[in-house]
Amino acid sequence: MSRRLDGKVALVTGGTTGIGAGAVKRLAAEGAKVYFTGSNAAAAKLVCDESGATFRTHRVQDEAGWTALMAEIRTDHGRLDIAFANAGMEAGDDSVENIALDNWNAIVGVNQTGVMLTIQHAIRAMRDNPEGPTGSIIVNSSMNALRAMGNFVAYSVTKAAVVALAKSSAVHCGNQGYRIRVNAILPGVVETDLIRGVIDRSPDPVAARSQFENMAPMKRMAQVEEVTGLVAFLASDEAAFISGGEYVIDGATTAGTMGV
Amino acid sequence: MIAQDSGRLSGRVALVTGGLRGIGLATVERYLAEGASVVISDLDAPDSAAAAAVIERLGPAASYIAANVTEEGDWKRASDMVRDRHGKLHILVNNAGTDLTGAVESITLADWRKIMAINVDGVFLGTREFVPLMAESGGDFRGGASIINISSIMGLVGYAETSAYNASKGAVRLFTKAIAIEFATKKMPIRANSIHPGFVLTPLLHSGFQRWVDKGFAETSQDLIDTMAGTTPIGRLADPAEIAGAAYFLASEDSSYMTGSEVVVDGGWTAQ
Repeated sequence: MSRRLDGKVALVTGGTTGIGAGAVKRLAAEGAKVYFTGSNAAAAKLVCDESGATFRTHRVQDEAGWTALMAEIRTDHGRLDIAFANAGMEAGDDSVENIALDNWNAIVGVNQTGVMLTIQHAIRAMRDNPEGPTGSIIVNSSMNALRAMGNFVAYSVTKAAVVALAKSSAVHCGNQGYRIRVNAILPGVVETDLIRGVIDRSPDPVAARSQFENMAPMKRMAQVEEVTGLVAFLASDEAAFISGGEYVIDGATTAGTMGV
Repeated sequence: MIAQDSGRLSGRVALVTGGLRGIGLATVERYLAEGASVVISDLDAPDSAAAAAVIERLGPAASYIAANVTEEGDWKRASDMVRDRHGKLHILVNNAGTDLTGAVESITLADWRKIMAINVDGVFLGTREFVPLMAESGGDFRGGASIINISSIMGLVGYAETSAYNASKGAVRLFTKAIAIEFATKKMPIRANSIHPGFVLTPLLHSGFQRWVDKGFAETSQDLIDTMAGTTPIGRLADPAEIAGAAYFLASEDSSYMTGSEVVVDGGWTAQ
């Protein structure tokens, strides 16, 4: 592993499982000091043991908690270089015809408002870096920002919204003269523990797995490590001219249709 | 500064068209630094000062073939040379390109056909020529072989007096998506993605800007560079090495699930 991130300080939200946990490990392996947040302390312990990262219990929609978290990072390290706005949820989602307002609000709170708060607090922290405003913010959207699902209205809408949020933030940082970059990634189906659980609990796990795999022309799901490679690239100075981008990583799922 | 000596492309063979200058040359240099063997193609004669100087500086892992991307016969020679010298091809960067500006009613059919031949036919012919060898070679590494087509921000959005260039780069964008789906559905170990650079400080940009100066659009080329920097959120133009960084990412195992994607490297220009 090359160490492109030596000396950098990173924050990953929703870092206890899935893509978030993978990103914590990858950023740490490339040399970054990593903080991560979430609410599953038992899962967090495993990630800490493997990566040497620091866990703090925090939900992204909790505004007061942001102030305390950023104050701690500033006190301990005096800087923030990377923020991966990864926390997201889809529990309780439904079609537009049926979704309960409470469930809609909960998903918007995490997937959209939570990402806004992550970017807002990351910019405020990065603004104070000793060499001036610098940093890379990466938003975990989804290919469903481009291809909406009828039975997951809140998820589809919020994942599209955060692409515009990333672009607006990128343009703002540019206008302010900050060297803070903001980009969105749009993964396809990733074989996380969550997806494995869905497959294992389905009536026909073989068919369920096949259905997920066949969504992509590549005929397989992404592995977590394949997504975190993109996160590390965008986090690094390698991507110094990349901002306001939407990076699709989906095995060609949204490139078109598969033909006959 | 990024460490560029990880050896993460060791064992790979790459071909970069238009590799003597600008983004092409920066990509060649980056691939060599990461341990790949690189075949460069460009229009210059092998014994020309430009080609000889680059090859001598780059050392034995680089080699050169004079080839015109619009000529089927030249592609056949290039593929014979790659097969003879390496027997493999893992990375194909279809970078050779040209520009054309002017009001649509003033563009001659000959000029239109010329830019389409270089920017579109060239990408098609290179892909067609090397797919068999890349399919054979793709199993060597996780992520398979990688075709990297250099489109442009002008392949994403329209721009006044740039219609032919827009059309050619837009064609590259969708050609790339179609072949990505095609290879993936056939389980061929080849990925295909397009890179969309914004304004990059290359010889092509300088010559294009000089033509605008000659037409009276600006007093100096530097004025145009300053104008473009002002319209780019990051506030500057790109160095060719920053596009080469994206070309390296797409060539490496780290992008193993990316195919049919657009890699925009534009300092936020198209986000506005």
